[in-house]
Amino acid sequence: MLESSNSPVAGPLLSVENLKVYFPILGGIFRRKLGEVKAVDNVSFTVNRGQTVGLVGESGSGKTTIGRAIIRLNEPTDGRIIYEGTDISKLSSSAFRPYRKKIQIIFQDPYNSLNPRLSIFEIIGEALEIHFPQMSRDDRRARVAELLDKVGLKRDYLDRYPHEFSGGQRQRIGIARALAVDSQFIVCDEPVSALDVSVQAQIVNLLQDLQEELGLTYLFIAHDLAVVEHISDFVLVMNNGKIVESATAEAIYENPQHDYTRKLLSAVPKL
Amino acid sequence: MSTPLLHVENLGIHFGVGGDVVKAVDGISFSMQPGETLAVVGESGSGKSVTALALTQLLAMPPARIVSGKIEFEGRDVLRANDRELRALRGKQIAYIFQEPSSSLNPVFTIGYQIREVIELHRPDVDDVEREIVSALDRVGIREPAKRLGDYPHQLSGGMQQRVMIAMALACQPKLLVADEPTTALDVTIQKQIMDLLKELKKSSNMAILLITHNFGLVSDFADRVVVMFRGKIVETGPTAEVLLNPQHPYTRALIECVPKLGQKQRRLKVIDYAGIK
Repeated sequence: MLESSNSPVAGPLLSVENLKVYFPILGGIFRRKLGEVKAVDNVSFTVNRGQTVGLVGESGSGKTTIGRAIIRLNEPTDGRIIYEGTDISKLSSSAFRPYRKKIQIIFQDPYNSLNPRLSIFEIIGEALEIHFPQMSRDDRRARVAELLDKVGLKRDYLDRYPHEFSGGQRQRIGIARALAVDSQFIVCDEPVSALDVSVQAQIVNLLQDLQEELGLTYLFIAHDLAVVEHISDFVLVMNNGKIVESATAEAIYENPQHDYTRKLLSAVPKL
Repeated sequence: MSTPLLHVENLGIHFGVGGDVVKAVDGISFSMQPGETLAVVGESGSGKSVTALALTQLLAMPPARIVSGKIEFEGRDVLRANDRELRALRGKQIAYIFQEPSSSLNPVFTIGYQIREVIELHRPDVDDVEREIVSALDRVGIREPAKRLGDYPHQLSGGMQQRVMIAMALACQPKLLVADEPTTALDVTIQKQIMDLLKELKKSSNMAILLITHNFGLVSDFADRVVVMFRGKIVETGPTAEVLLNPQHPYTRALIECVPKLGQKQRRLKVIDYAGIK
């Protein structure tokens, strides 16, 4: 399943055009709309197949909202999100369903993103149950075991629960869950920000290995420019809902154009 | 040499009993002089936070047990101190800031109230408490502090909350500030602001700082000396520049190398080869 789904054709897999996501500010006894927060304000970019685009910015810059809009956890106010030629931003939820297989997300906090009452098999296998209802339980178990293998966990962790694992191991479980179905495009929303630097290196390497092996495409969201520069082919710098600079990873470091990019660069601790 | 501010000798802290003992801290020794900045670097589980909490007996015992060693603060044995002595030590002499400011602050009290509590408890001689609170907030770079006193923690961003924590910690002019991963929960830009603030405060007072972190990146232009902990033991210690430029222990080297560096794009990040470290 994993190996077959990604064709080697280059070109944009995803393009975001003039995306706007506004959140209403409600108030008064009738909860009238008093104003709006422009979380994402007219943002456009493309992500090529098999590449990693890094999205950096501080808390509140709108980077997570973009990631969530792509997987339809936030409804876009305006603009288009084009995936393999189809505008997915306005599809009905049933029409969007096939795309839920292809587009996945890995969350920041490995402690809150895994249901503590489900076993690892149930957490990873849930997506299989939904998207491949014809699959037998044994097949699902075999598939989940294979996924655990792929992310560097032991196969016999299948029946354990999230609390038995460290932060890094939990993040591996989150990655296995994102890979369970026909994943092509993964929104990595601060996947290493909550981890120790030593574990961060392991997870970043794992993501890169999986990308090479499976031809995955990543939107890598983070606030740490050093990590983003390392993993990305192309970097977008966001501030206050807008992309203020976009360039190759090398150019961002060697020749930053925008003041805000320079501010982010200077904030990275120097060794 | 004069009496060190803090002297830890052969400290051993175990968790659990019988065959299931975890040696969280396994016979470590270090000292700090007044005004010195010492960084304890290590990964999760290396015992660095347990050490920090033990300094004022903040560890829950049981499950923790101090099995060996001594902790001396200005020559007095902390481990034999009674409750009254400990209360005088905590906050007043040794203050803490922790990783997660949002869970360290009490959500149902205003920040003004929480800082007032510290000052009234530890510095009963202060006449104008209100002014003292305002100046505490001012010192940590909170603008228009007088207007912020009535704010609840949830009205502040993470960086601001951490500033309030620092203001509370400094309100009693402690001799030692223990900063346990003070910026791990924050963005890099806010991290820089907080570290810059700590640097400034260090310069303007004679307070010693014990910085606990997993990130060698934070240490380089901050600490005078570094202690590297691995599995409950100190594997290396020395002046910061020396340890960074010429790490002796393979673990120290690995911990320095696994941090991605700007402008030096590697194909893969180095990971720690635990099997290769004894």
